[in-house]
Formats: sequence, C-alpha cells, structure tokens
Amino acid sequence: MSVPSKAPLRRPKPPFWRDPAKRALTFQILLMIGVAIFLLGIVNNTQDNLAARGITTGFGFLTNTAGFGIVQSLIDYSSESSYGRTFLVGLLNTLIVSALGVLAATIIGFVVGIARLSPNWLIARLATCYIEIFRNIPLLLQIFFWYFAVLRTMPSARESMSLGEVIFLNVRGLYLPEPQFLSGFGLIPAAFVIAVVASIAFALWNKRRQEATGKRLPAGWISLALILGLPLLVLLVTGVPVTWDVPALSGFNFRGGITVIPEFLALWLALSIYTASFIAEIVRSGIQAISHGQTEAAQALSLPQGLILRLVIVPQAMRVIIPPLTSQYLNLIKNSSLATAIGYPDLVSVFAGTTLNQTGQAIEVIAMTMAVYLTISLLVSTFMNWFNARVALVER
Amino acid sequence: MIHNRTVIEARPAPTHTIGPVAWLRANLFSGPINTILSLAAIYLLVSLLVPTIQWAFIDADWVGTSRDDCSREGACWVFINARIGQFIYGLYPRHEIWRVNVTFGLFAVLIAWLAIPRLPLKRWVAVATLVVFPFVAFALLYGGRFGLPVVETHRWGGLMLTLVLAVVGMVAALPIGTLLALGRRSKMPIVKSFSVIFIEFWRGVPLITVLFMASVMLPLFLPTGMNVDRLVRALIGITLFQSAYMAEVIRGGLQAIPRGQEEAAAALGMGYWKRMGLIVLPQALKMMIPGIVNTFISLFKDTTLVMIIGLFDLLGIVQAALSDSRWLGFSVEGYAFAALVFWIFCFSMSRYSQYLERKLHTGHKR
Repeated sequence: MSVPSKAPLRRPKPPFWRDPAKRALTFQILLMIGVAIFLLGIVNNTQDNLAARGITTGFGFLTNTAGFGIVQSLIDYSSESSYGRTFLVGLLNTLIVSALGVLAATIIGFVVGIARLSPNWLIARLATCYIEIFRNIPLLLQIFFWYFAVLRTMPSARESMSLGEVIFLNVRGLYLPEPQFLSGFGLIPAAFVIAVVASIAFALWNKRRQEATGKRLPAGWISLALILGLPLLVLLVTGVPVTWDVPALSGFNFRGGITVIPEFLALWLALSIYTASFIAEIVRSGIQAISHGQTEAAQALSLPQGLILRLVIVPQAMRVIIPPLTSQYLNLIKNSSLATAIGYPDLVSVFAGTTLNQTGQAIEVIAMTMAVYLTISLLVSTFMNWFNARVALVER
Repeated sequence: MIHNRTVIEARPAPTHTIGPVAWLRANLFSGPINTILSLAAIYLLVSLLVPTIQWAFIDADWVGTSRDDCSREGACWVFINARIGQFIYGLYPRHEIWRVNVTFGLFAVLIAWLAIPRLPLKRWVAVATLVVFPFVAFALLYGGRFGLPVVETHRWGGLMLTLVLAVVGMVAALPIGTLLALGRRSKMPIVKSFSVIFIEFWRGVPLITVLFMASVMLPLFLPTGMNVDRLVRALIGITLFQSAYMAEVIRGGLQAIPRGQEEAAAALGMGYWKRMGLIVLPQALKMMIPGIVNTFISLFKDTTLVMIIGLFDLLGIVQAALSDSRWLGFSVEGYAFAALVFWIFCFSMSRYSQYLERKLHTGHKR
C-alpha cells in the first residue's frame, strides 16, 4: 500500500484552449464579433446603395397619398388614402381570409380525418384519396386552378348561375344577399347573450347536481335549444325586423347585396382544401395515438359509443392534435400571402407589392410586412401554447 | 333415474362471413346510416369520375401539332405534347439537353442507392451526393468547364429548375440546419439565443416575403456594383428559409437520443465534436430521415413560389404557356399536367417516408 503523500495534489492549470469555460467564452465573443461585422457591413453597403439610388430612409412615406385603388377593403379606402391606410387594408384582408380559411379548414379537416377512420370502407377510401391528392399538389397550383380554370371561366353576369334567385355566381364573383337590420333588431343579440349566459349557468348547476345526486340532464341539447331557440323566439315575436338586400341584375352587373370577389373565393377555397388535408392527417393520427386499451376500458364500463368518443377519446386525442394543429394554422396564415399571385389585395400584394414598387422603400416595407407575420405567428403560438397547457396531461 | 332430455333446436347456419357479399355487408351496408353513407359515396364517385374519365381519356385528343387538332369535346393533350420539351427543360438549348439528362440521371442513381436499404457503401455514397455531386452538377448544368458552353441561368426553367431549386436548397440547408440545431441545444447563452432567433425568425415569415426580400433587399446589402444572379438570390432565400425548418427536424432527432449516449461518450474522453459527429448525430440521423423527407416534400412544393419573383419553374412555365395566344383556353390541361408531375414526385416521396417510419417504428402497434 502506498502512503498518500501529504503534499496537496497540484493539478496543473490547463492551458487556455483546454479550459471549457474559457473556450466557450472565447467562442461566443468571436461569434458576436463575426455577427456584428456582418451586420455592420450590410448596414454600410445598404447606406451606400441607398445614397447611390437617391432613396431616403424612414417611415415618412406612410403618410403620402397612395393613388391606387383596391378591389376589396373592409374599411373606407380610396385612391386618395395614404400608404399607411393601404397597409391597414392589406392587413385586414389577410386577416379575414386567414380567419375564414382556418374555420373552413378545421371543419373539413376534422370531418375528413374522422371519415378516414370510418368502418365504412368506401368512406375511408374516399377520405384517403382526398388527403393524398390535395396535400401532394402545390398550394399555388391549386390557387391557380380555382382562379384561372374555374372562377375565371364562369359565365358572364347576364348568364350567371344562381341558387334560388338569391345567390349568384358569375365571372365577377359571388353575390350574396345582405341582411338589413331594422329598428328593434338589437333585441336579438341581447337574447343570444342571455341564452349563452343561461346555458352556462345551467351547465354549472347540472354538474353540481350530478356530483350530488348522480343524475344529469342532457345539458348539450338543452343549451343548444336555449341558444338557438331564444333568439329565434324573439325574432318571431318582434316580427322579423330584418330585410334582405338581394342582389339584382341591372345593366351588365349586379347591384346590392354582398359581393365576394373571385380572388377571395379562389384563395379561400384553395387554402381551406389544402390545409384541411393536413389537418385530417393530424386528426387521424391523434385519434389513433390513443391506446386501444382506453376504448376497451371504456367499453368494459359499458359506456355507450358516443360517450366513449366524447369523454375518453377526444379529450386525450386533443392533446396530441393541438401542437401540430397550431403549426398548420400558422402555415395557413403564412400561405395566405400567395394571394399576390392572383391579385387578391392582401398585405403582401398591396403593401410589399404595389406600395414597394411605387415608393421603392424596400427595407421599410419588407420589414413591416415581416414584422406583421412574425407578430401573428407569435400571438397564435402563444395562445395555442396557453390552450395546450390547459388541456395537457398534468403528471404529478 | 332417467333424465328427460329435450334436444335444442338446431340453430340456423351463420350468414356468410367470408366472400364478397359478406364483405359488402360488413363494410358498406352494416346499418342504415352506413348504407346511406355508402350510397352517397357511390353517387359522388360516379358523378365525379365518369365525366373526368370521359374528358381526360375517352374524348381527349392526343396527337397533333396545333390547336386545330383538338376538335373533340375532351381534353387537348396535344397542348402538353407540343410543349413538353419546354415544360421539362425550360429554354435550355436543345442540343445541350443531354447535360441536364446526365445530371439528373446521376442524381437519380445516387438517391436510389441511398434509398434502397440493401445496397452497401451508404456512407461513401452519401458523401458523394452531398459534397461531390453539387460541383459535378454545377459544371454540367452551367458549363464553362471541360469545353462545355456556358448556359446562362435565365435559360433554365421547367421541371429542371424546380428540381435544381429543391435539391440545392436542401443540400445547402442540411449543414446550416445541423449547426443551428446544435446551437439551439448548446449551453452557451449567446450561441443558443442566436440560433433561437434565427430559427424562429425564418419560421415566422412566409416564404414569399423571404423571396421578395432576397430579390429586392439582397442587392441593397451587397457592395455597390456587385450583382448577383436572380437564381442565386432565390437560392439564398430558399436556403435560409429551409435551414430553419431543417434545424427543427434535426433538433427533434437529437432529442430522441438518450442523454446516456452523450455522457458515455464524454466518459470515454471524447470532445464535443467527436461526441456529436461519431455518437449522437449518426444515431439521430436515422430517426430524422422521415422528417427530412417531409420537409423536402414541402420545399419541393414551395419552389413554385419562385415564379412570383420572375423565375420559370414548372408551374411558372406552364402558366406562361397558358397565355400563349396560339394555345388559349387550355388552362385545365396545363394545370392537370403540372399537378400530375408534382403529385407523382410528392406522393412517392411521402410513401417512402411512411415506409421508413414503419421500419423505424418498433413499438407496440395494434
């Protein structure tokens, strides 16, 4: 046995490049310097280039008159409006097509996803075909198809296709009747709000009663009846204070009603159908991810099929579905920028397209456009993360 | 004692449980709702398929040279026939087309080698595909070396350009994405935050704004007087965009490797790059392949967006051909052709990735 030496063990100090802490620090400083030099170079070059082209930087251009019209705007807009107003119009157009697209894609996606798991062979095959066809064709091609091959070849206004002489479809777009609210209509939204509050209260009472006595009433149906019935009742009692402004042919075009431009229709259809095929796959894999033992256990408790789905499968499947569903929603919002290819006046089209070309303020315009999409992405993912945290499995 | 036994009546023989009738009964007509659904589906299929087949095959015109040869009611595939050279090779000079064919033939052989599990020497083929092949392909397609005449990039187009964009974007994004993924998992705060910002920025904006940026802002960023080819600008944008998505796929693969692997490597005295390069990444790569194939599919579809900044990929050149005054009114045929080409590529790739997933999935399945 060797006697341990009393002298303190002197570890040689490692050289500078062998010390992980110092090496990491050096590496990071080098990275910072590299990035800084790169950015400085870019800024420098940009200033030179802008000076050479005589472009002044800054956001002053936003107050200048735009001087071009936009076919669809949700807020007042004319060619005398400013570029700032153009930005807002584009943003709102992006948001509305995205919101309606998300809605439609979710509905189609869930229906097709569940249909793919149907015991009916034919339905399951049809759903599979839908998914495999639409998700393997580029979105831009689908937009072009709906726009150039379908909607642009519609008949002219005089020969428009009509549904019951109230809804018309022609080469200029889709014409829908517009509700005109008369006095006394305010009672109906009020009745709706009351019905919603009442059904929430009823659901809470029902839950407490079930916990106390074990008995429960069909809360879903009662709430549905309340929410639909009460406004309908008020509507009938007040004598239907709504008239419909039905579009009518006058001259070569339709007047009155709501006009949905074909660009919007094409973009909305393509976005919904394309994204729905991805959502359907997500829904299917989410449902299949639930262990079969869960269904069997629920069957052993003799729960009926509907309750197995509602109480056992869906709540667990949602946990698997929500994260990829979020990224599909974000994809849809980002893909709505393809509008520019068919001239739907979205943010990229009117702002990063027309405004950029007219003003030449490339940096400001692209930065603002990107900032909008980044903000939307961050907001949606924050919201969905919060929602996901609520439904997530809490372990220990 | 004699028990009084009563014989139970014989049960009727069970209805068919095998055979087409039983199959139909079990799968299509098992109840009233199912029957209604099946009938609706059959109606839908018939009303969609019959006119489509009638249009695309029975009433279609296949041979000819001009639109006058398209007399019948159905599809006019003459249009596609007359334009097929342009759709595939763009405006590439006709007598130089062999170069494109050789390049993509070589590429197909390399990819097939990598994709078929039984073939040996995977590692060397992968290195050849990722490192050597890009230079060979550039020399062949662009020319200027070995006595090949230069073909300017503005003459590239069609399916060939689509493939060039997708493959170059992919191959260039792999190393950048790997570095970003490693950076995002790094313990160094500055490296980590740099990677996170980079990844989240490119993932948060649409590809179209990235392409706009590459085409209008990139020239401003470069020293005055320096000009970058339009195709290169698009490639830079696509690469940056794709590397962010690739980084997330690679990060997912890295996370699937148990920590013990890296710790064991560290215990053997391996440094960071050896641990990553020899232990973690090779194991993670196997898990990442389906994800990489999936991002490649979406990149392949997204390359169609370059037509918005004025490059003529397959969709761009079809769209341009549709506005040719000699061939007006054949948009459905044009789109159907482009859709079919994209569909064949994407569908076969997605099948391959599903096959891999099944091969790698060794858990319990029902």
